[in-house]
Amino acid sequence: MQKARPKHLALWQIRLPLPGIVSILHRISGALMFAAIPFMLYALEGTLSSAERFAAFKECIAHPVTKLFLLAVLWAYLHHACAGTRFLFLDIHKGTDLKTARVTAYIVLAVSLSLTAIIGALTW
Amino acid sequence: MVKRHVVGAHYGLRDWLVQRVTAVIMLVYTLGVVAFILCANGASYEAWQELFACTWVKVVTTISITALLWHAWVGVRDIWMDYIQHVGVRLTMHVLTLLWLIGSLIYMVKVVWGVA
Repeated sequence: MQKARPKHLALWQIRLPLPGIVSILHRISGALMFAAIPFMLYALEGTLSSAERFAAFKECIAHPVTKLFLLAVLWAYLHHACAGTRFLFLDIHKGTDLKTARVTAYIVLAVSLSLTAIIGALTW
Repeated sequence: MVKRHVVGAHYGLRDWLVQRVTAVIMLVYTLGVVAFILCANGASYEAWQELFACTWVKVVTTISITALLWHAWVGVRDIWMDYIQHVGVRLTMHVLTLLWLIGSLIYMVKVVWGVA
């Protein structure tokens, strides 16, 4: 029963609702962090190395480009953790009604973005 | 005669569960590290080094990062399965993903257990 169905996947015309935006950002942030794993391990190695190497490491992460990269990973981590926690609650049927789902989606976006901004401002 | 359509390899439920169990492990670990940083008032170089000198911290960190890598495997494999139609390309991406994660696992052991 194969039927050729018309497809309409004009991504720029589809307006995702807020929970949909949280969901696709959950996937994008996950993919970003997957790519960043070895670099974050390298950063962990830097914090655990000898005093001299630690000083060199500090200089390296003081560079604006490195800082922006670390902040991007921080946002990805925060968004992924917040959205993931929301999904865990949805799994046990908490907050599945439309109104609550929209509110929690908004909270996920707001908390991860503002925490990233605050930590970014404190450590710049 | 009953016609049965057997579909898939039936690893769906296991992976679904793995995704959630590893997520909870990472959340607990994250809260622990954040609590340490807040209590240690920004976590100085010495305090941080002392923390990671404890064997139990190394064990817990190894478990948590292993959970992270397993979690990443399920998630990234889902992405390839969703978007890549061509079997050969998809298989290649799966293999490269595994190599990336196994390499990270080995590097993680060196980073976490290498310090005195």
